[in-house]
Amino acid sequence: MGLFSKENRATFLAPLGVNNPVTVQVLGICSALAVTAQSEPALVMGFSVTIIVALANVIISLLRNTIPNRIRIIVQLVVVATLVTIVSECLKAFAYDVSVQLSVYVGLIITNCILMGRLEAFAMANGPWESFLDGLGNGFGYAIILVVVAFFRELLSAGTLLGFTVIPESFYELGYLNNGLMLMPPMALIIVGGIIWAQRAKNPELQD
Amino acid sequence: MENLLSLFVKSIFVDNMIFAYFLGMCSYLAVSKNVKTALGLGVAVTFVLLITVPINYLLENYVLKAGALMEGVDLSFLSFILFIAVIAGIVQLVEMVVERFSPSLYASLGIFLPLIAVNCAIMGASLFMQQRAFVNVGEATVYAFGSGIGWLIAIVALAAIREKMEYSNVPKPLRGLGITFITTGLLAMAFMCFSGLKI
Repeated sequence: MGLFSKENRATFLAPLGVNNPVTVQVLGICSALAVTAQSEPALVMGFSVTIIVALANVIISLLRNTIPNRIRIIVQLVVVATLVTIVSECLKAFAYDVSVQLSVYVGLIITNCILMGRLEAFAMANGPWESFLDGLGNGFGYAIILVVVAFFRELLSAGTLLGFTVIPESFYELGYLNNGLMLMPPMALIIVGGIIWAQRAKNPELQD
Repeated sequence: MENLLSLFVKSIFVDNMIFAYFLGMCSYLAVSKNVKTALGLGVAVTFVLLITVPINYLLENYVLKAGALMEGVDLSFLSFILFIAVIAGIVQLVEMVVERFSPSLYASLGIFLPLIAVNCAIMGASLFMQQRAFVNVGEATVYAFGSGIGWLIAIVALAAIREKMEYSNVPKPLRGLGITFITTGLLAMAFMCFSGLKI
């Protein structure tokens, strides 16, 4: 089987759309909602999760035949916790402001269900290269949702994107107002609900 | 005493695990189809929180903090690994104890118990405990109990609404996950009324 065979491409591409970790597999919702009030932390979070899922998938996939079945959850947690600690220390060193904004949610990547879900469902049964692609795909699928939610929330709550003003002054002079409610937790839930609605309306096979 | 009471009420209503911090959403969405199992999971989460947060509090303050174990040794970078190891260990222990002494409870919780180890609400409570720097173990315990009860209320409320919603005519693409998110959003808006609550 070649490195970029059809199956491998499907492994990578499916999580970006029809098998999206957030909207279809319902994994990793906690952080997807909490860090999306602005685009910058959402991007950093998406990027960190992608790295961690991909690497954890590779490590567990290499170890998969030596891990005793009864204690596999603890082994997986330790591998993930180590990677998260490394990423968290790197963020503190190179992007301190963002790491303060993300606060406890960096640590919570450990219990992000995407990680455990992919490790259990994929890495325990597949080789390292496939697992790497699967991790990358799921990480990006997660990042896409984060960025979309953050795009709407930041645009409507502050009129900015990544900190740059995009809604022109003249709109405000005509009476346009920023919607402060977008910053509050409830709107994150409702936007994700809306994304799921749109996706399922487009792909009827996903409907319940 | 008043301080503890206010902390308790605040952690249930204002800093609700689900509606303010989205912690434990995965199992919240997956296990809220009927009230009975939701209640069981809520009780199990509260119980595990009540044990793990005080233990992690003691570890944080007597082992990990800068200078706590030895002068000039700062182990706080190990906190993620230690917290998750404690949580995974305790969950395993609770599982075995429940299995031994109350087989009926074990049978009804069976599947959820091991899953609690990876419930964000448990890890989240420990990390918030670390961030907020409570002054004594009593405060940490009260905070853990309040968070657990808040989580329990949230999941039972959603399960009750979903049971009723079986009979409503929801647009097809919105059925299941979509409407659950929007319902949770509306519930969270209702809980926003509690912000600024003081006792």
